[in-house]
Amino acid sequence: MSAAQWRHAMNAGAGRLAMGRRVPAPAATVRVPGATPAERRYLSLLAHIKARHVVVLLFVLAYPMFATPFLTYQIGAQSLALGLIVLSLTFLGGSGGMISLAQMSVAGVAGYMLAIFGSSGEPAISFGWPWWVAATIAVVIAIAAGTAVGWLSVRTEGIYTIMITLAVGVAFYHLCLQNYSIFNGFQGFQRVYAPTILGINFRDPMPFYYLALGCALGGYFLVKYVLRSPFGIALEGIRNNARRMNALGFAVTAHRVAAYAFAALLAAIGGLLFTWYNGLITPNSVGTSWLINVLIIAILGGLRHPIGPFIGAIVFVLLQNFAIDLIDRERFNLVIGGVFLAIVLFSPDGLIGIWATVKSKLITQRGGKS
Amino acid sequence: MTRNARWIWAAVLGLPLLAFACWGIWDNERLFFVTLLNGLTLASLYFIVASGFTLVFGLMRNVNLAHGSLYLLGGYVGYFVAEWSGYYVLALAVGFLAAALVGLVMQVAVFRFMQGEELRQTMVTIGLSIVMADLMLWIVSAQVHQMSAPDWLLGPIRDLPIIRAYSKFRISLLVIGVIIGVLLWLFLNRTRVGMMIRAGVDDRAMLAATGVNVNLVFAITFAIGAGLAGFGGVIGAVELSMVPGEDVRLLLACLIVVIVGGMGSVVGAAIGATILGVAETFGLAYTPTYSVVFTFVILVLVLAFRPRGILGRPA
Repeated sequence: MSAAQWRHAMNAGAGRLAMGRRVPAPAATVRVPGATPAERRYLSLLAHIKARHVVVLLFVLAYPMFATPFLTYQIGAQSLALGLIVLSLTFLGGSGGMISLAQMSVAGVAGYMLAIFGSSGEPAISFGWPWWVAATIAVVIAIAAGTAVGWLSVRTEGIYTIMITLAVGVAFYHLCLQNYSIFNGFQGFQRVYAPTILGINFRDPMPFYYLALGCALGGYFLVKYVLRSPFGIALEGIRNNARRMNALGFAVTAHRVAAYAFAALLAAIGGLLFTWYNGLITPNSVGTSWLINVLIIAILGGLRHPIGPFIGAIVFVLLQNFAIDLIDRERFNLVIGGVFLAIVLFSPDGLIGIWATVKSKLITQRGGKS
Repeated sequence: MTRNARWIWAAVLGLPLLAFACWGIWDNERLFFVTLLNGLTLASLYFIVASGFTLVFGLMRNVNLAHGSLYLLGGYVGYFVAEWSGYYVLALAVGFLAAALVGLVMQVAVFRFMQGEELRQTMVTIGLSIVMADLMLWIVSAQVHQMSAPDWLLGPIRDLPIIRAYSKFRISLLVIGVIIGVLLWLFLNRTRVGMMIRAGVDDRAMLAATGVNVNLVFAITFAIGAGLAGFGGVIGAVELSMVPGEDVRLLLACLIVVIVGGMGSVVGAAIGATILGVAETFGLAYTPTYSVVFTFVILVLVLAFRPRGILGRPA
């Protein structure tokens, strides 16, 4: 399908959807006499903000002020970068119903391209272009790769998708491992560092934390926005019943591939951050354990809401760093595998699901007493 | 697809392969045929492991991503049994039984309670594979366990035409693969349980309605599927070697074999295994750096033209 046709198909679907959809008026609309429509929309948006949102936002903004550099960098920034990669899977799996295990590979493509086009410890391969050129090219190539993975796997459904994306991801890992002319084989690329912009060295914990935070917040609100857009609603419709949506005239395949492309954007930016965070990209970064880890984090946090991946990533990173104190360092996989099994067996909606259950129980208790 | 289109596609795909074969034979006859035999023996291992995978999927719609771990488990158990007793055949049997037992426990203790929740079952198998891989790493350490072939299979067969000499053990693999294939076919087509399994693949609800104890059939199938992985593991312990990480390699091979051949079809597994095994070894022999790309191209081609695999049917 050509780009123009494709856009047409998407727009046609979106228009039809917007007409048919009744957007319920927000219950808490603030009525202010004499307010312009723009102001009113702004105020109704404000009404959605609750105390917990403000608390979380203030906390993440103030976090580096009182945390040690180790906590800022290893825990904070790593969770945010990882969370952004996982967010792409949550978006695909939660609203599109497509569990792709190749998201880490897409992030890895971005990381590799950053190292190849930018500067790294391998001047023989790296082009040494300015960081913003390399980053842009990396994101574009990663989106192309993610879209290709999507195009390949949307022909299948459910568990088939897992298998095919896993196969693609592992194949990419082996390609990186065996190819020396482009991917530098087993060694990969060392010393891929975040740039210094306007005198701010983004390799330092605090600037890097804010960079990661900015990207993560951007990704989070972008996903929230897309989920509420006609495209996001259509995607959910396709997840629930692809045949019916097809009968309604939606281009099911186009929507799915577009979802993969959007997810690839998130994964690519997360991949850039993660590569800068580690300062290197090797085949191990896209190995099977990382492919699976992304899924584990997504399931751990919960697929229902875009905050899930960040919660999952925080828990994962905390376990990774502090499980050593509880048990042997070598047994991290056992711990994370066990936690994952427990979540899958007892709370399919992840930690968000536990939170929701607890909340509803509290509410019913309070309701019963009064 | 019309008949003409089919011929055209066959020509497009087949002629380059034929040309390559002619060139290969003309260029280096011995290398070509040795590679072909290596490919077929590797395919035989893939078939043994993947047939268990596809059997379980076909009946229960359960993508058992812990299949690679069962393979590794069978391999380790076989290794230690062979070391302790010195009998290769005993190692094969115990490897099969150990993996079958673990598979049985998995089915009875976990999967029975989440019937029909395919995605959740798959997640559970991922969790299990992580835990099992780490437990095995803990118990047997990360060093390479390489089992040697039994004395009566050691050394080459000599005086063959063209290729001159070839490893006895690898030839035996080919034989074992064929025997397993025939046994599976007989089991599925000539026994009562096999008939139930085939009926279950076609329509589970109807099978249950006719009064068959479906849970029992599921348990038997899962045990056999897991056992085949363990059996393959003992063979793999000799042909390849047992290291942490091999489980993922074999799992990937299984996935590709069943994607290419078609999920749930044992014949499809045989076709897929042959294609993958031969392609992989030819790739390694002729273009070492890009052998993975071949595998990938096959995957893409099959998915592009037959999304459900060569012998796949709608789920």
